[in-house]
Amino acid sequence: MRKIMLGNEAVARGLFEAGVHFISSYPGTPSTEITEFAAKYDEMYAEWAPNEKVAFEAAYGAAIGGGRAFCAMKHVGLNVAADPLFVSGYTGINGGFVIGVADDPGMHSSQNEQDSRHYAIAAKLPMVEPADSRECKEFTALAYDFSEKFDTPFILRLTTRVSHSSCPVEMEERKNIAVRDYTKNIAKNVMMPANARKRHVVVEDHLKALTEFAYDCPFNRIERNGATLGIITAGNCYNYAKEVFGNGADYLKLGLVNPLSEKLIREFCEGLEQIIVIEELDGVIEDFVRKLGIDVVGKNVLPNIGEFSQDLLRKYLLGEEADSSMIADEVPARPPVLCPGCPHRGTFYTLKKLGVTVYGDIGCYTLGAVAPLGAMDTTLCMGASISALHGFNKVRGEESKSVAVIGDSTFMHSGMTGLVNIVYNGGFSTVLILDNSITGMTGHQENPLTGKTLKGTPAPFISLEKICSALGVAEEHIKVVDPADMKKLEATIKEELACDTPSVIICRRPCALLKGVERKPALTVDSDKCRGCTACMKIGCPAISMIETEKGRKAVVDSAMCVGCGLCKNMCAFNAFEG
Amino acid sequence: MSTKNIMIVGVGGQGSLLASRILGAAAMESGYDVKVSEVHGMSQRGGSVVTYVRYGNEVASPVICEGEADVILSFEKLEAARWLPYLKIGGTIVTALQEINPMPVIIGAASYPDEIVEKITALGVDIIAEDAQAIAREAGSERASNVALIGLAAHVLGFDPQVLRNAVESCVPAKAKEVNLKAFDTAQKKVG
Repeated sequence: MRKIMLGNEAVARGLFEAGVHFISSYPGTPSTEITEFAAKYDEMYAEWAPNEKVAFEAAYGAAIGGGRAFCAMKHVGLNVAADPLFVSGYTGINGGFVIGVADDPGMHSSQNEQDSRHYAIAAKLPMVEPADSRECKEFTALAYDFSEKFDTPFILRLTTRVSHSSCPVEMEERKNIAVRDYTKNIAKNVMMPANARKRHVVVEDHLKALTEFAYDCPFNRIERNGATLGIITAGNCYNYAKEVFGNGADYLKLGLVNPLSEKLIREFCEGLEQIIVIEELDGVIEDFVRKLGIDVVGKNVLPNIGEFSQDLLRKYLLGEEADSSMIADEVPARPPVLCPGCPHRGTFYTLKKLGVTVYGDIGCYTLGAVAPLGAMDTTLCMGASISALHGFNKVRGEESKSVAVIGDSTFMHSGMTGLVNIVYNGGFSTVLILDNSITGMTGHQENPLTGKTLKGTPAPFISLEKICSALGVAEEHIKVVDPADMKKLEATIKEELACDTPSVIICRRPCALLKGVERKPALTVDSDKCRGCTACMKIGCPAISMIETEKGRKAVVDSAMCVGCGLCKNMCAFNAFEG
Repeated sequence: MSTKNIMIVGVGGQGSLLASRILGAAAMESGYDVKVSEVHGMSQRGGSVVTYVRYGNEVASPVICEGEADVILSFEKLEAARWLPYLKIGGTIVTALQEINPMPVIIGAASYPDEIVEKITALGVDIIAEDAQAIAREAGSERASNVALIGLAAHVLGFDPQVLRNAVESCVPAKAKEVNLKAFDTAQKKVG
């Protein structure tokens, strides 16, 4: 049976068909849906872990235990999981182990644009890269067979465009794979120096064997069209190249992107007049080919920044520009914004009003940096708000008026260790945990604080207050505030900024998009009371705008967008908002 | 046949994912290869979003570039103006009349262009501009605006109208079937 599937859904299907037993992941765009789709199959166990390192290690443990295991993450998640990644090749596995990592060329939803292929090279692990949903399913399932054959984890590299594009995929039955026997093996699985020295030799042997495998493995293919131009490419770039060059080129379409086969590349290039290497981000394949003494067109012409398209290839390789129409007016940008009714809005408005330095973190609330709120000073990576604020405060002294702002899921991911550091090293920072009862930006995933698992079953209640208390924050400096109550929030922030001990303010209100969150009737504006002062515009609510009326400039509320949170009422000195 | 390129553009949260699913289903039902590419993540928080649907005998790239779209379906007028350069010369743009102010307009840093439909028409572009929200409302729910938009474009999408209608029927939730089919039929008659 054929079904149109997202790349991520097809990876999940590949896991199902390969008989995978265990999946542990942390959500991150564009990888999230793999695990969500996988969780729909009753035959596979699937869970959200608190972070990517935990997810990786859980899946690794399952593989050592003899099961077929998987974990998924976005590219920056692999940084978090890099520690176990590098050693997992040394011990090898037992049941097959595949790590799915989704890069984000073009940064549709990320803080950087790193190329995960460097990890495969550095960790000396095989990496496969599919070009569309059909290959997503096929490569995922095949990777398990070869993971077990070569006794090594395989990395499955995706990119946003492959993860979030769909095409028809042929579905097959699930293979019935038994959990393998587990045998204790200290020399293989306990990585201390004496054992690791011996295992490094095995890693190098595996790499040699995989390099030979790369010559005629089912992931790579040569398409001969009798052309004089040869294109070496991988992943979705193959599709762009086909779109532009069609049958006017010969193709070496690489599915196994690490290790690369010198023999295969030399054979492909033999007799061709020109070679172009087409790859997004870094010139990883290109560097390898150049080292063989083969001259190619690559990053000397094509960018190493951003996402490719057929248009980009036509422009850079053929000098062709598109023909199109446009209106003369400037079209205003439409950046993403905090949703109407978002519980973070009041918090950021208050922080801006107080003129506080804000160390931000990764989540929807990063949008607190956008005008008109503009209430953020830094955003680096998951968890950095708390740890970096500590350093900031230590050098700037107690006069520093500053807070860290972090979401509930991000706090569980890597915020706790930063808080321990503040307590342990005599810091005095104030941490705001924005607890909206969900992992928001990635599209509403459960996390350890939501009381539910990925499969929808109830989970034990974990108390954020008790965690902070157990980490050493004095109980009188752990406050819980509803961010809709801006007066109380402001007073609490002022109080905690004034004291010289570590403090935590939990701003607790569920995400406005959550099912079950009450949506109240839209507010209206009494145009006789409205003076057009624009005070209400300072909260950056997309449902409020100013229009010219017969009575002058007045605020209006878009009734389709407004969820009736009433935050704007707090802003109006003339009681113009009704409802 | 050569590949047909359809873009669906709008504001995050307007329901373009369902529209692309309907077109994908119609393409598969018609025996074509099809690729759909959508945006997830941050843009869905009220940002400008675009979905690409490409179908034909064999589709390589999942994206549509400037000057390539045969049809652009736009949920919102400003987005029609933004993505107009993606329309092929001779292509058709179908837009709803809704206006949603983006944040730069809301805070007064930019202004919403006036007479967008008239300006696009003046360029000699084939444009269908109808109140898709009103059609959907009359059919029973404004949430069927996306299906109304597909109905308005039915004659230029390249599918047998019955196949398209069946795709609507199979993709929308059972309880919303009647409303959506009504919105589709009304919209289709309005143009056809």
